Amino acid sequence: MSDQYESVIGLEVHVQLKTESKIFCSCPAQFGAEPNQNTCPVCLGLPGSLPVLNERALELAMKVGLALGCRISDRIKFDRKNYFYPDLPKAYQISQYDMPVSSKGHLAIELKSDAGTLAEKRIGITRAHLEEDAGKLLHEGVRDGSWVDYNRAGIPLLEIVSEPDLRSPEEAFQYLVSLKAILQYLGVSDCNMEEGSLRCDANVSIRQKGAAPFGTKVEIKNMNSFRAVHKAIAYEIKRQSEALETGTRIVQETRLWNESKGETFTMRSKEEAHDYRYFPEPDLVPFSVSSDQIEALRKSLPELPQARFERFRKQYGISDYDAYVLVAEKALADYFEACTREGANPKLASNWIQSELLALINLKKHSIKNLPNLPPKHLAGLIRLIENGTISGKIAKDVIVEMYDTKKSAEEIVKEKGLIQVTDTKLLEEVADRVIQANPKVAAEVRSGKAQAIGFLVGQVMKETQGKANPKMINEILTKKITSQK
Amino acid sequence: MLQKINIDQIAELARLNLKPAERDKLAKDLEGILAYVSQLQELSADKVPPTSHVLPIENVFRKDFAKLSDIREAVLKHAPKCEGKFFKVPKVIEGA
Ligand SMILES: [Zn+2]
Repeated sequence: MSDQYESVIGLEVHVQLKTESKIFCSCPAQFGAEPNQNTCPVCLGLPGSLPVLNERALELAMKVGLALGCRISDRIKFDRKNYFYPDLPKAYQISQYDMPVSSKGHLAIELKSDAGTLAEKRIGITRAHLEEDAGKLLHEGVRDGSWVDYNRAGIPLLEIVSEPDLRSPEEAFQYLVSLKAILQYLGVSDCNMEEGSLRCDANVSIRQKGAAPFGTKVEIKNMNSFRAVHKAIAYEIKRQSEALETGTRIVQETRLWNESKGETFTMRSKEEAHDYRYFPEPDLVPFSVSSDQIEALRKSLPELPQARFERFRKQYGISDYDAYVLVAEKALADYFEACTREGANPKLASNWIQSELLALINLKKHSIKNLPNLPPKHLAGLIRLIENGTISGKIAKDVIVEMYDTKKSAEEIVKEKGLIQVTDTKLLEEVADRVIQANPKVAAEVRSGKAQAIGFLVGQVMKETQGKANPKMINEILTKKITSQK
Repeated sequence: MLQKINIDQIAELARLNLKPAERDKLAKDLEGILAYVSQLQELSADKVPPTSHVLPIENVFRKDFAKLSDIREAVLKHAPKCEGKFFKVPKVIEGA
């Protein structure tokens, strides 16, 4: 994008709230049931049935509102959003129009500068409201029509709408990372984009930098990962900037992201022009929330990512960036803290989790949430062996793989395989003498002041001891021997 | 002030196929309703909170407890069209 334009992005995130039952009926809310098994007269919109609000859904929605610094409405009502589409059995969706659960909050995101430091930016939250999900349509392989599965109809959703405060695909990505972290800490949603428990639509427009009026807004849908949101917004910014430069009109429309082609395209739909004709839902009475209730709920909130981030920096002395990466994924931060409770050095634990452990987990396609192969106690044990010099970092990299595969502790593996670091000075001196004798040229270089040449000799000693020597000790021994030969 | 009713648009949004006579009658009815409501607009209601529900009840909840209703077979039997465990509707296609 040329420097004269800036992008204006707002996100609408739909989160499926983790309840046992649907929002207005007792049907189970679990994922993966047989088609239409979780349906009843209420969620199928049969005449004579009446919706009744799930107490827990409202409680979870208010928790999210509080965590996002929103004002919780003291009076809440539901409205009908009218439109015809076969995924809606009633021809309207019960949603909230002008009296949402909460409004006017903010979310702090951390942006990494080129220098690697983090800077905070606050993104406004317009509102968060409750609504029911729609059913699911299946087209593929269906002859002369579409199939409908209403299991999802009536699952509680919280729609979280941001202000148009985001200025780049990266900011949008970080917004989603931070929002997901908060939702996970609250335990209100599984936040699984593949299963649809978290969905995101983006509103994107372009304007002259610093200009007050917004450009024409385009809505993008159908992204199924945070990466896809990033890519779709980047594509849309490029498309709109090119349109502005060539004088092509940008149409206000909804576009769908095509992941395999890496582009957005105009959505053609049988849905008529939108006029939702909202009106108060007559089947549901209004709700009022007392300030005592709100305060009690506020007190029940767990430690949230931002507070944990601050605590990690102070308590563990790890870098801002490391603290941020750990905290962004609740399970990762939990694992890290469990390691430190088992006595692991925090800096080493942070390094080993973020490099070796995550690489292993990705390789095996496992999840940090459930890691029977390598409990925190075992990683802490490995770190202790590195710290007290029993094994070298190099050997530890092999040990962690073995631990993961066998579920054995580091101590067991080191003992079994005889991997204990050679700290026997006499033995090391013998090997050092041999290496110096075999490489007189390199030794001469070191003697003449080319200090980095010693690295080669250290490597040779490591090789002879099968990686079991302590590199720092070898370095000292070699230096002493070579300089004394002057 | 009388607001002109766009009866064709309203009929389309409600998916109603109106005959010309019905069209005229309904337009007149709706205009009558609007005229009545516009009388109410003359009253000052600044200090009256909006009413969204006529009954003096609030906070009706149910506990978050799941229970299968087991009505699928019965409902599918009455659906205009079904296939296996699915309802079937005319083809709806989104996008290309
Ligand atoms: Zn139901």
